[in-house]
Amino acid sequence: MAPSDLFALASAPPTVPHRRRARAVQPRATRDPAVARWLLTAIALLFLTFFLVLPLAVVFVEAFSHGIGRYLSSIAEPDALSAIRLTLLTVAIVVPANVVFGLAAAWAITKFKFAGKSLLITLIDLPFAVSPVIAGLIYVLVFGAQGWFGPWLIAHNLRVIFAVPGIVLATTFVTFPFVARELIPLMQSQGTDEEYSAVTLGASGWQTFWRVTLPNIRWGLLYGVILCNARALGEFGAVSVVSGHIRGETNTMPLHVEILYNDYNITGAFAVASLLALLALVTLGVKSVLEWRQAGSA
Amino acid sequence: MSIEAHNIRKRFGLFTALDGVDLNVPAGKLVALLGPSGSGKTTLLRIIAGLEFPDPGSGRVLFHGDDVTDLPAGRRKVGFVFQHYALFRHMSVFENVAFGLRVRGRRERPSDAAISERVHRLLELVQLDGLAGRYPSQLSGGQRQRVALARALAVEPKVLLLDEPFGALDARVRKDLRRWLRRFHDEIHLTTIFVTHDQEEALEIADEVVIMNQARVEQVGTPQQVYDRPANPFVYQFLGNVNVMRAPALAGAARRPGVAAEGAEGQIYVRPHDIELTPHASGGSGAAAIVRHIHAAGPHARLIVEQVETREQVEVEISRSELAALGVRVSDLVRLRLRQAHSFEEDYAI
Repeated sequence: MAPSDLFALASAPPTVPHRRRARAVQPRATRDPAVARWLLTAIALLFLTFFLVLPLAVVFVEAFSHGIGRYLSSIAEPDALSAIRLTLLTVAIVVPANVVFGLAAAWAITKFKFAGKSLLITLIDLPFAVSPVIAGLIYVLVFGAQGWFGPWLIAHNLRVIFAVPGIVLATTFVTFPFVARELIPLMQSQGTDEEYSAVTLGASGWQTFWRVTLPNIRWGLLYGVILCNARALGEFGAVSVVSGHIRGETNTMPLHVEILYNDYNITGAFAVASLLALLALVTLGVKSVLEWRQAGSA
Repeated sequence: MSIEAHNIRKRFGLFTALDGVDLNVPAGKLVALLGPSGSGKTTLLRIIAGLEFPDPGSGRVLFHGDDVTDLPAGRRKVGFVFQHYALFRHMSVFENVAFGLRVRGRRERPSDAAISERVHRLLELVQLDGLAGRYPSQLSGGQRQRVALARALAVEPKVLLLDEPFGALDARVRKDLRRWLRRFHDEIHLTTIFVTHDQEEALEIADEVVIMNQARVEQVGTPQQVYDRPANPFVYQFLGNVNVMRAPALAGAARRPGVAAEGAEGQIYVRPHDIELTPHASGGSGAAAIVRHIHAAGPHARLIVEQVETREQVEVEISRSELAALGVRVSDLVRLRLRQAHSFEEDYAI
């Protein structure tokens, strides 16, 4: 073949069969038959409806089944109010405590090198791995009347188990990882250069934290707080073990729902449950607003 | 302000980052710390800045004769520019530059008007005055770098330390920016140390080059000194392309004054552009060699030639016009002559 032929061949437009070109436009994964697409979507929707939407709807339908008056009176009942107060008190103590702990742990793990770091990371995950009931039992064994510190506590007239401190402790344990778990990967990805920059520019440790670190992690931190908050509101297992179920004293909202239900007070149980569900929905709403804002600022 | 470091040692676990390093940077100079990655150059820079500390009992860091070894970074009055700039991502360009002034104690802090004036003056200096309201994510790499520089200068540092200042930029911006840095340094005359692994960069803009390798300083000198009189094979090889040849093989080729003499043992080092090619037919002196490959794209032509006698391959760089005058093709015979070569045999004079 002469060189001129070669050039002629090279410059000729490639002849691609029509069918092949059409295939190239649409990737293979999206070329499934319409039936398969509809079927998969339908299955997902059905699943969601039966397992998530329907139960949620049932909570509200049952709660209002005897009218709004009965609903309001169920919530205004002294034991219910006490449960709501106790739950909010627990959240008010647990969430800030875990924010401080989570920040400290994430800071230590991501900004410093020290021995035992991986052990600390593993320990932070422990509450996720342990059943909440076991978590509750641990505190009973340590602080209960027969426990290690039981006699000392009784001698000093202090109550932990079957009292508010036990509930707070158990809830703190269970919600321990949320803030730290949210912050560690975020802070790891951000590295330490900005902090070092601030230091060379003369900022103190405190200034570095408030002006550089905290603004950089604020959305992640808020997200962690929301998750921690949601779990602290709804924790049942661990709290159930340590609370002793004393009505009007050591009953949190989830425990109160259970008691009402066992008493065949269906409307009351669902009324309180609807409050919890409402709080969960608000949490979800705030969370998605946050995610939307985060995506916007990224 | 001059910077001195004496006998600095630093170990990270089993890894020795610095093994008794000395450094002396005269006031007002632009000095390059040059070395391959892992040679300890960044660690040395961070120790000078106060971001790392030398191993206990090892060495001292002196600024203008004052011992600052135990002083934390914030009180050393250094401007540090990080490799990836480390701009505060949630702050505008203005706030980034103002940061060092805003974190000062109430008594030393300038008024808002004074801060604003200073920031705008600095942004003008780095040619970014129109971008004060932007955020770091909205800037190009070169712009971020200059913001980082302005931010470092805002605290009126006595020394400026730059870690791989051009490392994260693409080739064109790199060249522009390093010339700009040179001019900038000539204007402000701040003692400056920059770390780089790019020998071209170091040789082009630095007053003095400190070449490091494996936790030690190999050689210190002006770009011309280190390039023309490398202290050892490492420096020679690190500063540019080099042919390492067995000396006896070239004995015949090198019968010229000032070039390795006949019968020399060991290895000699020759830069590709220090080799002269003549047509074989001319019958002059020089070792016979066969042209194996010609790469003629770019300002210079690079040829790979193989010596007939030893079968050693040698890289040669000549100008395009020389190549045309020579008129050789692949597989042709040529003669090799060395204009200049180095040997590092004990005190062997070249």
